[in-house]
Amino acid sequence: MRIFDPHIHMTSRTTDDYEAMYEAGVRAVVEPAFWLGQPRTSPASFVDYFDSLLGWEPFRAAQYGIAHHCTIALNPKEANDPRCTPVLDLLPRYLVKDNVVAVGEIGYDSMTPAEDTALATQLQLAADHELPALVHTPHRDKLAGLRRTLDVVRESELPLERVLIDHLNETTVKEAKDAGCWLGFSVYPDTKMDEDRMVAILHTHGLEKVLVNSAADWGKSDPLKTRKVGDAMLDAGFSDDDVDQVLWRNPVAFYGLSGRLALDVTDTDVTDTHEGNSILRGGA
Amino acid sequence: MTELPAVADLRSHLDTVLGGAARAWLDQATDEATTHASAEATEAAETTGVSGAEATGPAEAAGAVAGVPPGSARPSAPATTPVWELRFAEAGRRCGPDHADTARLLLLYAAHAGTGTLTRLYEQGTATERRAVLRSLPRLVPGPDALPLIEDALRTNDTRLVAAALGPYAATHLAPHDWRQAVLKCLFTGVPVDAVAGLARRARADAELARMLGDYADERTAAGRKVPGDLYRVLALTDPSAANGRGAPAPTGTDGQAPSGPDGQASADTGGPDGLAPTSQAGPTAPAPIAAPSTSTGEEQES
Repeated sequence: MRIFDPHIHMTSRTTDDYEAMYEAGVRAVVEPAFWLGQPRTSPASFVDYFDSLLGWEPFRAAQYGIAHHCTIALNPKEANDPRCTPVLDLLPRYLVKDNVVAVGEIGYDSMTPAEDTALATQLQLAADHELPALVHTPHRDKLAGLRRTLDVVRESELPLERVLIDHLNETTVKEAKDAGCWLGFSVYPDTKMDEDRMVAILHTHGLEKVLVNSAADWGKSDPLKTRKVGDAMLDAGFSDDDVDQVLWRNPVAFYGLSGRLALDVTDTDVTDTHEGNSILRGGA
Repeated sequence: MTELPAVADLRSHLDTVLGGAARAWLDQATDEATTHASAEATEAAETTGVSGAEATGPAEAAGAVAGVPPGSARPSAPATTPVWELRFAEAGRRCGPDHADTARLLLLYAAHAGTGTLTRLYEQGTATERRAVLRSLPRLVPGPDALPLIEDALRTNDTRLVAAALGPYAATHLAPHDWRQAVLKCLFTGVPVDAVAGLARRARADAELARMLGDYADERTAAGRKVPGDLYRVLALTDPSAANGRGAPAPTGTDGQAPSGPDGQASADTGGPDGLAPTSQAGPTAPAPIAAPSTSTGEEQES
């Protein structure tokens, strides 16, 4: 089983996680820029964070045989802090970089006017830089947040077909699918989706344009949830090819819209844990 | 307008629970804060030419600002940290974690800290220091100037800060949309809605809040998850016919039942971790719910 985790915050994870992920079949990840739990107070700390997503973290991932790309954005929560909003002016110089495969995570947190501005601005940046966008749906008031999100995307120059709507669940999947977006599901130990509900959604809504991620971060989360969904799909009667579509080909197709996905990992750590680069070729 | 707890009552409470060394420390720290406030008042008067105060202000006379020439310490950006602000930071070590909130409140009150100072202390503070700043707002900031601090606290995932942010200051000043989001956040993160000052008054006839609560209940149900009990309590309060504070199925002291005031202001303003007995609720030193999450759903992770 080859796995592409399209949303995982490896900065918050250990090398043990990288080893276990590789063992489980993970060969590629995308790490979206997001909130760090502790609020940042200046654009400078974003610069260091973005540089880390483009420097140290892909280097670390490569040591474990995993291709690492990232998405760059000002997240919706910190878009509310006037100390952070100047980050928006810094984004263009990051969005041209090779390893940046989308603008994200953007979207809504509390659905404030400041978040409206940041979302619309960054959708435009995505269009300008020929990048797709990773848009998360808010934790609170999720359905209303989804509708408002879709409205803002429709008003933007970025086509809905280049948008991945993330953190979907039973109440939001249909409207996102009907709109023509890519459909992201985060599978968590206690919250968001779980493996069995994920399988049920796949039965009901099909496999097309569906991406499953662990969204693992510094909170209670599990970087192996992608593998567990794959196993649950097989147990429920889906084929190996079905699993490959959801856990590999769909994320490759979505982030491939950037034209920048490179799934050959150059190992920087010569150990016997890697099976070689050819296994990683997924067709960017 | 409901009454906030009397400063003297907060102090006399601490006098009964603190040891001698901590009391002596608090005496000195309070004096330093008071002196600082006087110095600033004097300086302000000199600046505006209203008063011919003595050339040697009480600030440097008492060493309230270490190593700073007279007149160079500004409330918004002091060149050197005023001594009382260091006392504010170290209150936990001196008075113990259970009493630090109350001690810090007393220092903020004694210093007559304004929005600029409170903002600085909040931004430089740990979560416990920030909590004290949030609790001080109803007494120290009459208008909405300090709302950015409330909004910042509501963006965190720290349930102690979320709870402290939802005291009477937020009840008075927080905009409806932000307030609804905050109530929903309590349900998400397991903060008991008892922490929300003025809950019954603000929830009543709020159809948009009722809609949001209903959607959230649907979402939980669709996921096969339990709907938090507090959700139904708040939903009942949105009923336009609900009497203020009496529409909740499980009313508690903060929904208007507290003798100290219909908005539970007394309980939300004083230091929750102070160890005050809940039975003292009729008095002005009734404790705030500390809002350790009872049943955190963990939903509030920003991934």
